[in-house]
Amino acid sequence: MSWLHALFVLVTAFLAVFWEAAFSGVRHLVGVQIDLLPALMVYASLCAGITTVVLLAVLGGLWFDSLSANPMGVSVLPLFVIGLVIHAKRELILRDQGFAQAVLGFAASAAAPVMTLLLLFTTRHTPLFGWGTLWQLAVMSAGGAVATPICFEFFGWLDRALVHPRATQTSFRADREIRRGR
Amino acid sequence: MLRRPHYIALGLVVLLTLVIFNLPSRTTARFKLGIGGLFLPLFGLASSSQQAALAAGDSVISRGELLREIEGLRRENQQLRIQAMQAEGASGENARLRQLLGWQRQAPWKVKSARVVLREPSNWWRTVQINLGSRDGLRVNQTVLTVEGLVGRVSSVGLTSSQVLLLGDPDCKVSAQVENATRDAGIIGASGPLDRELVEMGYLSGSANLKSGQVVRTSGNGGIYPPNITIGTVVDSHPAEYGLATVARVKPAANLNALEEVWVIFQ
Repeated sequence: MSWLHALFVLVTAFLAVFWEAAFSGVRHLVGVQIDLLPALMVYASLCAGITTVVLLAVLGGLWFDSLSANPMGVSVLPLFVIGLVIHAKRELILRDQGFAQAVLGFAASAAAPVMTLLLLFTTRHTPLFGWGTLWQLAVMSAGGAVATPICFEFFGWLDRALVHPRATQTSFRADREIRRGR
Repeated sequence: MLRRPHYIALGLVVLLTLVIFNLPSRTTARFKLGIGGLFLPLFGLASSSQQAALAAGDSVISRGELLREIEGLRRENQQLRIQAMQAEGASGENARLRQLLGWQRQAPWKVKSARVVLREPSNWWRTVQINLGSRDGLRVNQTVLTVEGLVGRVSSVGLTSSQVLLLGDPDCKVSAQVENATRDAGIIGASGPLDRELVEMGYLSGSANLKSGQVVRTSGNGGIYPPNITIGTVVDSHPAEYGLATVARVKPAANLNALEEVWVIFQ
């Protein structure tokens, strides 16, 4: 059911982008809005195929840029680079460990805004930038570290609720069968 | 280690990004508005849930409190009507004097109220989205304000919603004048990444006589903002460019962090 899985990820990304634009509770509290797309990308790159990673980077990035003053497409490449790197190394990552998920979420949430800012400066835009950006990066990274394990839990719960469970190995062993004699 | 599908995906995404970056600005704006339009059903859902929450809050206010509030509003309304009557007289006198001097007559502002539906999701711009669009007659560069003061200007217009650049955004520059004896003029520019309460006023002369609390208003130069709209008050100032210029920090009169309803000027 990989298409259903991809659909879940994309719908969550759409709602996450809307949440970031519609609700500013975190921004009022710490002065920074947390980006949930890198956390979702960590999940997608560890648990889904490369097609889902591409779709999440392209659609998530375009949705984000459409509600922001960012130039269109500037968020796509950073998200995809994060997804690609994790996807390529995913056999080496202990994806079921909460600590590994949090560390990856932290790194991805720090890398995405840095790459986006670099792209903005490269394309001759002048975003708000200064010493305060360090605080923004710290808060976004911490937010990503918290959000990533929650993402894994949420999709795990969704999988258990909506997708048929995999057949487990039977306990029957032919060599232990008691043959009845007359 | 990257495999073949990774290289294909990388190529596709880089190509797509380059294509989007190189689209003409008009096409990009339409593309952006089209994709932003996908969120329209959620705008409605969010605003109706907010209204439901407000209605639930209103239902628990006591009758006595409501009556007190009505009485207060009635008194304030009467005061404002008297002030409006006085202002009407002053406006008529101003128009007559302008006619005598041969100056251009000042047209009264036509304003339309709008609700803020979304805020900037990224941390390096200062924008909001309002629920007025081209079908309401909105155009780019129209001035947006609240009763307290200037908010910013319309930067892009969709059919039913528009983006507003707020004071403090790097792309929102306002020609401003300080209300002091020397009428010092400068430009309101970007704020710091975390300074949501203050904006910077630059290009002031080195001899500018600024004091904390002085009011800053739009000068009308530049052709976007009408003159005499309150921007805020001077907080402090310091010399810049080896004393050749002065930079002041200004606290906007409008609370840009908690905008709910704004007004758009249709001139």
